[in-house]
Amino acid sequence: MSLPLVVLLPFLGAIAAPLFAQGGRTAIAIASSVPALIALAALFPHWSVLSAGGTVLHTYEWLPVLGLSFSFRLDGLALLFALLILVIGLLVIIYSHYYLKASENVAKFYSLLLCFKGSMLGIVLSGNLLLMLIFWEITSLTSFLLISFWTHKQDARRGARMALAITGGGGLALLGGILLIGNIVGSFELDDVLAAGDQIKAHALYPVALTLVLLGAFTKSAQFPFHFWLPHAMQAPTPISAYLHSATMVKAGIFLMARLYPALAGTEQWFYMVSFTGMATLLLGAYIAMFKHDLKGLLAYSTVSHLGLITLLLGMGTQLAAVAAIFHVINHATFKASLFMAAGIIDHETGTRDMRRINGLWRYMPHTATLAMVAASSMAGVPLLNGFLSKEMFFAESLQLNLPGLWAWVPPIVATLAGIFAVAYSARFVHDVFFNGKPVDLPKFPPHEPPRYMKFPVEILVFACIMVGVFPTVSVGPLLYSAASATLGGEVPDYQLAILHGFNLPLLMSFLAFFGGLLMYTQRQRFFDFHAQLKEVDGKAVFEFAVSKIEDMARSFTGWLENGSLQRYATLLIVSVIAVAVMPLAEHGFYIGENGLSPVDWPTAIAAGVLVIAALATALWHRERFYALVLLSVVGLIVALAFARFSAPDLAMTQLSVEVVTIVLLMLALYYMPSWTPMESSRSRRVRDVLIALAAGAGMTLITLAMLTQPFSSISDFFLENSKPGGGGTNVVNVILVDFRGFDTLGEITVLAIAALGIYAMLKNTALTPPPGDGLGHAWTRDHYPLMLRQIARPMLPLALMVSAYIFLRGHNLPGGGFIAGLITSVALILQYIASGMVWTEDRIPFRYHNVIGLGLLFATIAGAGSLAFGYPFLTTTFGYITWPVVGKFEVASALVFDLGVYLAVIGATLLALVSIGRLSPHSAIKSKMEGA
Amino acid sequence: MELLFAIAIGALTTSGVYLLLRARTFPVVMGLTLLSYGVNLFLFASGRLATGQQPVIGTTASYSDPLPQALVLTAIVIGFAMTAFLVVLSLRNLADNENDHVDGRREATTPPSKIEQEVSSK
Repeated sequence: MSLPLVVLLPFLGAIAAPLFAQGGRTAIAIASSVPALIALAALFPHWSVLSAGGTVLHTYEWLPVLGLSFSFRLDGLALLFALLILVIGLLVIIYSHYYLKASENVAKFYSLLLCFKGSMLGIVLSGNLLLMLIFWEITSLTSFLLISFWTHKQDARRGARMALAITGGGGLALLGGILLIGNIVGSFELDDVLAAGDQIKAHALYPVALTLVLLGAFTKSAQFPFHFWLPHAMQAPTPISAYLHSATMVKAGIFLMARLYPALAGTEQWFYMVSFTGMATLLLGAYIAMFKHDLKGLLAYSTVSHLGLITLLLGMGTQLAAVAAIFHVINHATFKASLFMAAGIIDHETGTRDMRRINGLWRYMPHTATLAMVAASSMAGVPLLNGFLSKEMFFAESLQLNLPGLWAWVPPIVATLAGIFAVAYSARFVHDVFFNGKPVDLPKFPPHEPPRYMKFPVEILVFACIMVGVFPTVSVGPLLYSAASATLGGEVPDYQLAILHGFNLPLLMSFLAFFGGLLMYTQRQRFFDFHAQLKEVDGKAVFEFAVSKIEDMARSFTGWLENGSLQRYATLLIVSVIAVAVMPLAEHGFYIGENGLSPVDWPTAIAAGVLVIAALATALWHRERFYALVLLSVVGLIVALAFARFSAPDLAMTQLSVEVVTIVLLMLALYYMPSWTPMESSRSRRVRDVLIALAAGAGMTLITLAMLTQPFSSISDFFLENSKPGGGGTNVVNVILVDFRGFDTLGEITVLAIAALGIYAMLKNTALTPPPGDGLGHAWTRDHYPLMLRQIARPMLPLALMVSAYIFLRGHNLPGGGFIAGLITSVALILQYIASGMVWTEDRIPFRYHNVIGLGLLFATIAGAGSLAFGYPFLTTTFGYITWPVVGKFEVASALVFDLGVYLAVIGATLLALVSIGRLSPHSAIKSKMEGA
Repeated sequence: MELLFAIAIGALTTSGVYLLLRARTFPVVMGLTLLSYGVNLFLFASGRLATGQQPVIGTTASYSDPLPQALVLTAIVIGFAMTAFLVVLSLRNLADNENDHVDGRREATTPPSKIEQEVSSK
């Protein structure tokens, strides 16, 4: 339990920390430190297992199907990184307490910091690669939020975006790499992956997997050519730079390479990709660092260079080099974090980070200066400090590479050159800032020492530098051994953590670097002049250019694809459907299945002919909207007949009544609309549309023909068998609707209700003036409500209601039911509106249609929920028989209540829709205004 | 019979798709109505064509497939709701943009009446 706790605690702390914001800055700093302290205590007991070379594994199932588990694994390497994260994290919290101004959003700062800490711990403690990737992405996100902590600064926002784009892109590549590895191994568990090193390296996809994983690692650890995001991330508050962008997050890529070392390293591809990337980064970073006038800029490029150094060591592929890499991770974290903190103190006290202005600070802050000078010496590789030890190992390893011919000279030369630059920029950091004359035009003058405890974290780190430098075996020996053993998969080479290994070639290289660096610093003006002539490639400008280019491309592509024209979208949609269907259709062509064709009878053939002609004529004469509408209604009627002809009486009745309502609706719409469609599209456009339409129609014909002649089996036997005994009705279609698939029907009447309410809402405050005539030169009739129609319509109402009641009640056993009855009632009511007008009818209807819809849904839901009360699932129906006088034996099913709900919802929705449209005209608007007043 | 049915669906689809591609709302609504006739018939036909076998227990010896019928029944009603919604959308478009172009363009003109068109062509 303790390992998941270590990861979880910081996240809990992130939630809890803001609650302490009320208690002041000290309270929140203390509260934020608690998770790290508990985590350290929780890790401590595991040391006995780890020092014996063992691992601790805590696994909980999460998504076993995907190979994802909450698996946490602690070994020497994980412990080393966890300690760095926790201890430096604690120091950073102390430091931040003094660094942040009272006016800043401290709660947000600590909260994000803890989130980051948790996710970073998650990376190093994950025992499952997928889980690790999740934490990996969280570090990218928290880093983004922390870089842009000062959201008012444009540079900070831009830097954050760049960091996120680069590391996020790398994360994507890493995901691909991890999925490949998981596929090769058959598991994402780290133990399995580490054990399957040979299998992975032998696999055909190894080069791809390795490249993807390395892309993830290189972007995260700011390796060339992705290094440029790191200097721009320095817009973050300095504690963040010290913590994320020097000590921990940028080491995540290094950690990944070390973690997967047994699984991926040891091949030629690994050697060339990793070591050459490392070499390029080492040299480039060291070179640029020299010329940065910004204190943090210098440190940022120095960090890039040191990350390159560690990468190069990992890339060399020898065991000793890997040990040196791990060792340098520790050393770099300590001296670089303390240097960043010192830089933050200087910035804090002088108000600037420009080394051309801050000079001679020794006089004002000797204590800070001493600390910074020790740390900088360690960075330069001065003996008796930890930086010297790992750099010495690095020099030694650079001589051991078996490269052919003159190539063998490259690594030692690059190493020495980088060493010279490192000494030079370290010297610049020390000499320029603390000596070299007097301060120039400082924003805050005179500077003085910071608060006592702001220096405390720096002191701890510098103390560690010295301790490791002087007593390496005692101070880090066991931890380094354990980490190296975990990295190398158990075998640790013989190595000596001595201060001096005698006078040998590496020592000579160190001397060369030291004095060469000092010489270079004294001659710096020449180098500055030389560098000024070079045209520096600005990574930021390239990145911003690429971003804006991609944005432009995306915009123009979207603009091209989505020009806002419905016509175009409809065309694209239909054409793509046809394109998808073409292949299978072309394969089968005119296909008639096993069942063959059945004989045609004359009446059906004639009706079909009428349907085809009416359908085509609708399209042909669509400009004359009224005639087209009449033709459309012919089509609808024949469709209803087709249902009747082919054994679907319920459908025929539904289609017939819907047809009436639809045509009334369209007529009503046509009253407001132009009755004539202008000729707008060009001839070629129309020809094109005709071709598309013909293709669609031909495709549908072929598909339908193939389907109709194909034998099939249906699940409907179940419905036919159980309709009577189970649902209590003989009309199977109705029983399916209200019983077997009642939930479906409930959903459908809900959609109906939503559509009607949508219509009501859309037209609520809209007024439309109908054109004065029909566009053909005829005025509307002055007799709005013809007498004959009025006189016929009124007695029709009770008759129609009676019919609909009959249809409703018999629906369970004979064709009919709620849908049809509801439509018949609607038609009867609509007839009253048409015959006698809005005002007359509204006056006589005592309810609002909204309420009818609501009541309908309520009935349907209650009928469904009723069964819950008796312990049955939702919408279970029951039925029984009662004997009424006169009528006789009568069946009552609970489904009838449900059907009543359907009935009411259909009436409410249909009428609400039509009446909303009818109200549009100014005539009725005046009336409703009078009602309102 | 099957061929006839298939041709009918093809004709409905052809006319429906052609009208769907028009530039004014009313033909598009009509096109969609035609298309939904076609689709409903197609879905219905997935239970195959049967004569005199209405799925009412006890009325005939064998029954046609009731399931597609139940599905199409609700489809017809939902189709009506969709048509009504579209009609209202186009009315709202007409009210807001003072024309009935499908792209909701403000600058498109209201079509002149047929009389005006004839007069201007002379």
